[in-house]
Amino acid sequence: MTDGKQNSLPSFLKSWKNSFKRDWQLYLLLLLPVAMVIIFKYASYPGLRIAFLDYKPALGYDGSKFIGFGTFQRIFKDADFLKALKNTLIFNFADLIIGFPMPIILAILLNEIHFKRFKKLSQTILYLPHFLSWVIVASIFTQLLKPETGLVNVLITNLGGQSVPFLTEKYHWAVSYIVIAVWQGMGWGTIIYLAAITGINGELYEAATIDGAGRFGKIWHVTLPGIKGTIVTLLIMNLGRMMGSSFERLYSFDNVMVTDFQYQLSIYIYEKGLQAGNFSMATAVGLFQSLVGLILVIASDRFAKLLGEDGLM
Amino acid sequence: MPSSAISFKKRRKVSIGEIIICIIIAIISLTCILPFIHVFSKSVSSDHYVLQKSVYLLPKGFTLTAYENIFNDGKMVRSMGLTVLVTVLFTVIGMIATTCAAYPLTKKRLKGRLFFSYLFLFTLYFGAGLIPEYLLMKDLNLLNTIWVLVLPLAFSPYNMLIMKSFLQSNIPDSLEESAFLDGASNFQILIKIVLPLSKPIIATLSLFYAVGRWNAYADAKYYITKQALYPLQLLLNQMVGASADSTAISALEGGAVMSTPEVLQAACVMFATIPIICVYPFVQKYFVKGVMIGAVKG
Repeated sequence: MTDGKQNSLPSFLKSWKNSFKRDWQLYLLLLLPVAMVIIFKYASYPGLRIAFLDYKPALGYDGSKFIGFGTFQRIFKDADFLKALKNTLIFNFADLIIGFPMPIILAILLNEIHFKRFKKLSQTILYLPHFLSWVIVASIFTQLLKPETGLVNVLITNLGGQSVPFLTEKYHWAVSYIVIAVWQGMGWGTIIYLAAITGINGELYEAATIDGAGRFGKIWHVTLPGIKGTIVTLLIMNLGRMMGSSFERLYSFDNVMVTDFQYQLSIYIYEKGLQAGNFSMATAVGLFQSLVGLILVIASDRFAKLLGEDGLM
Repeated sequence: MPSSAISFKKRRKVSIGEIIICIIIAIISLTCILPFIHVFSKSVSSDHYVLQKSVYLLPKGFTLTAYENIFNDGKMVRSMGLTVLVTVLFTVIGMIATTCAAYPLTKKRLKGRLFFSYLFLFTLYFGAGLIPEYLLMKDLNLLNTIWVLVLPLAFSPYNMLIMKSFLQSNIPDSLEESAFLDGASNFQILIKIVLPLSKPIIATLSLFYAVGRWNAYADAKYYITKQALYPLQLLLNQMVGASADSTAISALEGGAVMSTPEVLQAACVMFATIPIICVYPFVQKYFVKGVMIGAVKG
C-alpha cells in the first residue's frame, strides 16, 4: 500500500508480518489515539446524513424521509442563512485586511529595538492578551467601553467629547469587534515573523549599510524580502479560513443591540440547530461550511506550492 | 545568529528613529496592560468611588468585599474547582494520546505510517459540524457530564504534528537504533530514551492543552445544560458577558443603590484572569518555543 512496490502476495504478507513482529508495540501505542479519533470524530461523520433527510429526532435516521438536496435548496433561499453567510465573509475579510498586516509591522518595529530589556518586557506584555479567553477579553472591554460608566467614555466626556456607543450600536460594534481581535492577536502573531527575521543573513544588512541604506531602506530591501515566504504562507493559511466563524468570539460579544452583524454562520447553526431544533438545516449549513473550508484549504495549499512556498500539508 | 547583533558591533548613539519606535511599542504595550490594571483597581475599590467614576488606574478605598462575596457565594469557587479538574484530566489524557501517536509516526520503517497520518490529519481539516457531533455526544451518553469536556477534544492532531517534528529533529535515529540493537524494545526506548529527551516539548504541549481547555467554553455551551457543571468561562460569560451586561444596564440605570454589580463584575473577571496572569510569565517561553517548532512543519 504505502511502499507502492509490486510485491508478490506472499512476500507482501511476509513483510507485514515481520513489520508487525518488530513493531507491534508501536501499533499498540497507536491504538489509543486511533480509537479517540474514530470514536469522537469519524463516528460523527455518518450524522451528516441528516443534511439529506427531513430529520425528525423522534423518527431517527431510518424513519426520517430522504429528500436529497432539498435542504440545500432551502438554505440557499433562506434569508437568515444568506445574512449569516454575508456577515461571515465580510467580517473575515475585514479581520484579514486589518489583522494580517499588524503582526508584520509590529515584528519589524520590535526588530529595530536594541534595548534588550525593553524589548523582552514589551514582548511579554504584547503576548499576554492571546492567553485570555474570549469571555475575559469581552468582559474587560465591556467594562471599559460602557456608554456611561466605562473608563474610555468617562475620559471622552471629561475631555468634552460625546460618549461613543462602542459595543451597543451595530456599526461601532463591528469596528470594536474587529479591532479588539486585532489587539488580542497582534503580539502573538509577531513570534513567527521575528523567527523568520532571525533567519535573515546578517551580511545583507551590512551590505545595505555600505550601500548607504537607512533604516527604511534596510527594512524595505532586506527585512521584508527576507520574510516574504513566511508572509505568503501565513496569508494563504488565513485565506483558507475565510469560511470559519468562531462561536466563542461572537457569543462573548453578543448583545441585543447588535444581532444584525453578530449573526454569523456559527450563530446560525447554533440557533437553528440546537435552539430551534431544525437539525437538517443546521447540518446542511455545517456541511456546506466544512466543505467550502476544506476546498479553500486545499486550494490555498496548492497555490502556496505553486508559488514555491512550503504549503501546509 | 547575526541579525539582531550586527548593529551592535560598535556602540553608537541611539538614533531618534529608534526612540520613536520604542515609544510606539511602549504605547501599544500599555494598551495591553492598562485594561487589566483598571479592572483590577475597580475590583478592589469601594463601591462609592466606583460609582463616582473616579477609579482609573489606582484603587480607591481599598476593600476586598467583592472577592469575599465571590468566595462566600461559592458558585464561582466550585466552578473553578471543576475547571481545574477538567483541565488536569484533559491535559494528561491529551498528552498520553499525543505521545502514543507522535512517537510511532516518527518511525519511517513503520508500515501503514502514511495511512495513520492521514487518518489523524483529515480530522483537522474536516469536521462534521455541530449537529452530528451533538447527536454523537448524546448517543455516547456524554451530555451533561464532565467527560464531554475531557474526552472529545483531548487528542489534538495539530499538537501531535508539533511533537512529531520535535522528535524527528531532536532525537537522533542512531541513538534509538543502537538501543534497539542492544535488545531494547520499542516501549523501553520510548520510556528510557525518548521521553527524557523530550521534556521541553512535553512541557510546551501540556501548556497548550491546559490553556486551551481552560479558555474554551463553546463545547460546554453546546453540551452542558446543568448549571452545576458549568466550567468557569461559561459561568463568567453568563454573569459578566456582554449580553449579561446590556440587560443589566437597563435595569441598573435608574437605581442608584445598585453599586455592587460594577465592582462584583470586575472582581469576577479578575477571579478568572488572575490564575492565568500569575502563571503566564513563567510559561511564556515554552509557548514561544512551541510556536517555532510548529512553524517548521514535519
